Amino acid sequence: MVYLTRKAEFSASHYYHNPDFTPEENLRVFGKCNNPNGHGHNYTLEVTVKGEVDPRSGFVVDLKHLKEVMQRDVLEAMDHRFLNKEVPEFIHRIPTTENIAIAIWQRLVSKLETAKLHRIRVYETPDLFVDFYGEP
Amino acid sequence: MKAHLSRRYLFSASHRLHSGAMSPQENQATYGKCNNPYGHGHNYIVELTVSGQVDEKTGMVCNLTVLDSFVEREVLARFDHENLNTLPEFAQEVPTTENLCIQIYEIVHRGFAQAHLERVRLEETMMNSFEYTG
Repeated sequence: MVYLTRKAEFSASHYYHNPDFTPEENLRVFGKCNNPNGHGHNYTLEVTVKGEVDPRSGFVVDLKHLKEVMQRDVLEAMDHRFLNKEVPEFIHRIPTTENIAIAIWQRLVSKLETAKLHRIRVYETPDLFVDFYGEP
Repeated sequence: MKAHLSRRYLFSASHRLHSGAMSPQENQATYGKCNNPYGHGHNYIVELTVSGQVDEKTGMVCNLTVLDSFVEREVLARFDHENLNTLPEFAQEVPTTENLCIQIYEIVHRGFAQAHLERVRLEETMMNSFEYTG
C-alpha cells in the first residue's frame, strides 16, 4: 500500500451563522466569525489517496486524472467564492473547516478510479487544520 | 461525522538537559552541548490534535475559542518564557522535549473535556519533533 498526497490552494470567504440561534447566541458561539459580510482565507487542501502500485505504470493513481477531478469538483466550485452563498452544501450548513473537509470528501470519494480516498486535510491557516477520514 | 482538528501554538522557553542520576562525565557524554551549565532556549511549536463528532448546530468538533483559551491558560502561561528546569513539573525529571510533550499531553488530557485528545506533537526546532498519543 502506498499513499499519495496532492496539494491545492483556494481562496474563499465565509461566515458562521446558525439561523436557529438568537443573534446574541450566534455572536457568543461564533465571535467575529459571525460578521454577516463574511471574511476570507487562503485554504490549502491536501488530498491523500491510497492503493497498490500498478506494476505496469508504477503509479498508485493517475495524477493527471486526480488533478483534473480536484480542479473540476472542488476548486472550480469553491475558489474565489463566498461559500455560504455560492456552494450548495453550505446554503444550509455552516462552512466551518470541519464541514468543508467533509464536503470535499463527499465530492471526491466516488470520482477516483484506481486508488481509494484516504484523507482530506484542509488548512484554514497554517496553524489550524482539519482531517477527515470518511468516518461516520 | 467524526473529524480531527489540529491547532498549532508557539511558545519560547529555556532548558538544560542534566540528570542528577549521572556523573558530570556521563551527563556530558549523554547530552553534549545541551548539558552546558546555563541552559539554552527554543521556540517550541505545540500541535494539538483533537477529535469528535462534528456538532450539527455549530459545524465544529469543538469551539476553537474554548480550546485556545484553555491552552493559553494551562499550557502557554505555564511554559512560555520560562526556564523549564525551574518549574515544579521538572523538579524530578529532565526537561527533554519528550518529557515536555508528555507533560502537555497530560495537562490537556486531564483538563480539556470538549473533545477527545488524539495527539500532542511538539517541535523543538524545525528539524526535531516529538509525538505522544497517550
